[in-house]
Amino acid sequence: MAAGPIIEVEDLCVARGRATVLDGYSFGLRAGGILAVLGSNGVGKTTLLNTLTHVLPPSRGQVRVHGQTGFVPQLFDVPFSYSVLDIALMGRARHIGLFGSPRQRDYRIVRQTLALLGIESLETRAFNTLSGGQRQLVMIAQALASECDLLVLDEPCAALDYRNQDVVLDLLARLQGDHGKTIVFSTHIPQHAIEIATDVLLMAGPKAYRIGPAAEVMSEAHLSDLYGLPIGRAEFSGTDRHTFAPLFRSTEPQHA
Amino acid sequence: MVVISDEARAGVRLAPALVTPALAALLVATILVSVTLGRYDLSVAQVAAILLDNVIPFETVTWEPVQELVVEQVRLPRILAAVVIGFGLAVSGAALQGMFRNPLVDPGIIGVTSGAGFGGTLAILLGLTGSVLLAIAFAFGMGSILMVKMLATVRRRTSMLTLVLAGVVVSAFFTAAISVAKLLADPFQKLPAITYWLMGSIASSDYADVLLISVAVLPASLVIYLLRFQINILSLGEEKARALGTPVGLVQWMILIATAVISAGVVATSGIIGWVGLVIPHAARALVGASHQRLLPASGIIGAIYLLLVDDVARTATTSEIPLGIITALIGVPVFALILRRIHAHGGWTNY
Repeated sequence: MAAGPIIEVEDLCVARGRATVLDGYSFGLRAGGILAVLGSNGVGKTTLLNTLTHVLPPSRGQVRVHGQTGFVPQLFDVPFSYSVLDIALMGRARHIGLFGSPRQRDYRIVRQTLALLGIESLETRAFNTLSGGQRQLVMIAQALASECDLLVLDEPCAALDYRNQDVVLDLLARLQGDHGKTIVFSTHIPQHAIEIATDVLLMAGPKAYRIGPAAEVMSEAHLSDLYGLPIGRAEFSGTDRHTFAPLFRSTEPQHA
Repeated sequence: MVVISDEARAGVRLAPALVTPALAALLVATILVSVTLGRYDLSVAQVAAILLDNVIPFETVTWEPVQELVVEQVRLPRILAAVVIGFGLAVSGAALQGMFRNPLVDPGIIGVTSGAGFGGTLAILLGLTGSVLLAIAFAFGMGSILMVKMLATVRRRTSMLTLVLAGVVVSAFFTAAISVAKLLADPFQKLPAITYWLMGSIASSDYADVLLISVAVLPASLVIYLLRFQINILSLGEEKARALGTPVGLVQWMILIATAVISAGVVATSGIIGWVGLVIPHAARALVGASHQRLLPASGIIGAIYLLLVDDVARTATTSEIPLGIITALIGVPVFALILRRIHAHGGWTNY
């Protein structure tokens, strides 16, 4: 596994209108890592991911990504009834000229990617008729079809049932383990970070963030701080695995 | 989520390799039949012979010289004009619907149609005709797209939503300007001329007109077709398109300019012919699916067939000419209403 950093963020600031969303974020991620990004709604997780994919230019500071980036947005509707194959082929954009269209090689790579994700049977289905879990896999296929080194996913498990969350998490772990991809994803569920992340970024505010190895960052104290309510640690009986769960209704609710 | 039979909703409904040739054959047949229509009675065989004679000269001529004149000098140029205009309007409508990710968009939305319409009105008001009128209408059409783009660009980025709204604004401005021009026009000569010109007609088309329309429509359509894959990507939205590495601004510009050239060219030569660019892409999408690689050619050919049929009605239904814009609106409005209902029934236009 390559050891050099694939992401280098230095003094990143992003302003949206008059509000400063990010103010002075600096961190790195080595190639082959999985970074989970946690934080409250509206804290700027999507903004941060959008700077990593170069969709959003920073107002100040630098974001360097060594390699190609693939991006999987939050659950996603497309206009018109594109087929799954059409959607996945769009991932080949960087390899197809301005005036070009997909060739044999592009079709081959896309079909291999669909097969890797076990969704080759959906090829002719209309994207918008798929379930949330299937759509998420198609969007991941689209990102992978670009032959990216870094995969950035915005809440890939949001709105998915437990089974589909497991499918996506397992897939991300395999993409890192077997295919050497570096992965950055955001989530609201600490368990996701515990299961697959090597590194965790907790975003509490424009200047307040904490990043480090998952085992260090994921603690009761840090998570309680982050979400503003007590978060406890629970063991799964008979295993050495654990999770973090909130103690709902234990304090006066603080309305944001 | 509405569950509809999956195969029926998928992108590929008919063998795509067959659809375009089948449509092209249908277009040729429609052209041949259209040439037979009119006061001089001609059969399809005679028309085919007269036309083939230009390519492979016949040894024995079986038709009257006047029949040849009617076919080649009167009917054919007008038919070709209808074909090229219908093709261009439908292609630009399909491209704009894809780029704006909105199935209710048509070439009129970017402000060029009313801009060019005002240019032509102004020219008639000033007593200008012929190529000067044409040039002024075209220039106003292209000017209005620049206005729209400038209005919609903030900090060097153009938002799609703002672009549509800017188009509506510019469109409304030039529509008001046309009204002012009509108010100022001499009600006995210039006002009827303006009104009739705006309603759209290709009645007096000759080969020079066909050439002129083609010079605007064909290269612009080619540019749009070359951008077919980029239009697919833009229809996922700007953020996704940027993340996929598409030069969003450049592609937006090229499509805007190409569709503006088509719209301005059509209005300048033939007046305002609405509804073709809005309705036809839907018919094409139902046949070949959403991907613009197949959608653009299919839209173009169906648009050509449609406008040709409309023009056949326009010149044969009554003893006097019916302006094209009236018929396309009369057909387009109910079809549009049906499309709206269908979109609604499918639970919003993303499922359409």
